[in-house]
Amino acid sequence: MDRRQFLKMAGLTSLISLGGFTTVELIRPGLLDASEPPAAAPGVKRLAMVIDVSKFRSEAAYKKSIEACHKIHNVPDFRNPKDEIKWLWTEKYENTFPGTEHPFVKDSVKEKPFLLMCNHCQYPPCVRVCPTKATYKREFDGLVAMDYHRCIGCRFCMAACPYGARSFNWRDPREVLKDERLDREFPTRTKGVVEKCNFCVERLAKDLIPACVEAQEGTGAMFFGDIDDPGSEVREVLRTNYTLRRKPGLGTQPNAYYIIGGV
Amino acid sequence: MLEKALTGSARYKTWMLFLAVIIGLGFLAYLRQFQTGLTLTGMSRDVSWGIYIAQFTFLVGVAASAVMLVIPYYLHDYKAFGKIVIFGEFLAIASVVMCMLFIVVDLGQPMRLLNVILHPTPGSVLFWDMIVLNGYLGLNLLCGWVVLECERKDVPPPKWIKPFIYLSIPWAISIHTVTAFLYAGLPGRHLWLTAILAPRFLASAFSSGPALLIILVFIVRKYANYDVGSKAIRTLATIVTYAAIANVFFMGLEFFTVFYSNIPSHEHALTYMFVGLHGYNNLVPFMWTSAVLAIGSILLLLTKAKKSEGILFLACIMLFTSFWIDKGIGLILGGFVPTPTEHVTEYLPKANEIMITLGVWAIGFFILSALYKIAVSVKSVPAHAEPSKEA
Repeated sequence: MDRRQFLKMAGLTSLISLGGFTTVELIRPGLLDASEPPAAAPGVKRLAMVIDVSKFRSEAAYKKSIEACHKIHNVPDFRNPKDEIKWLWTEKYENTFPGTEHPFVKDSVKEKPFLLMCNHCQYPPCVRVCPTKATYKREFDGLVAMDYHRCIGCRFCMAACPYGARSFNWRDPREVLKDERLDREFPTRTKGVVEKCNFCVERLAKDLIPACVEAQEGTGAMFFGDIDDPGSEVREVLRTNYTLRRKPGLGTQPNAYYIIGGV
Repeated sequence: MLEKALTGSARYKTWMLFLAVIIGLGFLAYLRQFQTGLTLTGMSRDVSWGIYIAQFTFLVGVAASAVMLVIPYYLHDYKAFGKIVIFGEFLAIASVVMCMLFIVVDLGQPMRLLNVILHPTPGSVLFWDMIVLNGYLGLNLLCGWVVLECERKDVPPPKWIKPFIYLSIPWAISIHTVTAFLYAGLPGRHLWLTAILAPRFLASAFSSGPALLIILVFIVRKYANYDVGSKAIRTLATIVTYAAIANVFFMGLEFFTVFYSNIPSHEHALTYMFVGLHGYNNLVPFMWTSAVLAIGSILLLLTKAKKSEGILFLACIMLFTSFWIDKGIGLILGGFVPTPTEHVTEYLPKANEIMITLGVWAIGFFILSALYKIAVSVKSVPAHAEPSKEA
């Protein structure tokens, strides 16, 4: 190929690619745009979760929520603690509320598992430290959301989160997400990025409640809604029950509340 | 001047070849990590930073320590540092390059590194760390190179370089302060959440950096026949001594606040590091080694090292090792214990990770050796001699 031919080819190629974009834009506008984060229902300002620990009657009840979450979000299970990724899990009382335990805590409370997740803090340290805004606060509904395509994997957010809510993809999650373990409705992540509970942002966009809450339907164990709305169910639950939040002294204003009730 | 790094004795070439081999092995290890992921390291969900970030933190200190030569020489016109300043600046260059590499090898998605610039986030300390580190590298390259070039041409340095030299002074302080802020502003990591972290970083930097420099100039004198002068070394030793005392003092302050206040969450990390927590005690032997070496080296520096260069050399090695353990291992790993949910997870670096770490250190030494070779070649030429006559 001589110089003239090369230039012709190069010119033609760029013309086609430019024209191609215009054509696609004309036929299907917006098809080539980057996907927008789904919006929550209009008017919602600050989403929160309330967990009534006393309503979890068995290990299986927790498992139901955890498995529902991990299944639909393609959270891989490598079966070893070093590579572990988790969005929703359980801890004991002393690990959930460190500093509040004492030797005479009721046995049933001491042994009761508590469901843990990202607290979607009002003032999230993870968002503050992220150098790329890959983790960001959605001002309109209060979710702490993530852009997995922007995350550089520096793990500053993992050091910053006081709740241990964040996991890192130490290896390719797709290795273990095959066939029936893969949910094609939700994107898998790549190795080298951080991830965490997203309050089921993809379900909220379809007017569904988070999967973990749905799994407890009818038990009254989990509530989800707009804490900014005085008439919401979560506000009603908070009005009528004594609730705790994790590490309230840190000023993060977590949006996950716990009812210990009659455990 | 670069060409001076390309020629040299057989010993110089063998040394560089040796480093090149380590770099090559480190690079292969990195390719493996790049392909497979950071699962090849000992890090986990609970200990999410390991020796990479620990080395980075320590080396920022070594880089910043060049200011301990720049201040006396340029601000106070302390002539005895005339021959050694360039070695400090070149040490800073090699250290900053290592710092940057340790950040890059730690990233899960290194190909997206430029996102830090494409989506600038002034609220993130890491964004500022990127700026100060790059700036500091630029300043040292500029100042070191221009001054040395003038020395080669046997002319006084141009006036315009002075502002840059003065700027490099607060800039050096800034790199280690900003690096301390990476840790000191995180809620829930009690070992790091201390206002004295930046002063501690600076004190440890201003002792371990010049200690390394003393070790290096001894090596330069032995193998390259270039002497920076015993007065410079003695002054440097004094700087090392007082900065080391300050560092140990600051550490003592931490112990007082943590244990006198008797707040369990504040005690956990230090307890883990020095006596072990819930049966986990990986760091205990390291921390005690560090403590003993620190006290021992300070005692030597205050007494016998003043008279004997051999003992000074030994004291510097002890001190450097001590503060490397303290910052290059203890501080970062200890900060992750206990986890936010009060568990203890321990970390042990893996072979691949260690090879990458050695590779980065080898790159640092490669750069350092080349720069020192250039400096020595330029400086060994007697004043007013033709540069081309130099061997």
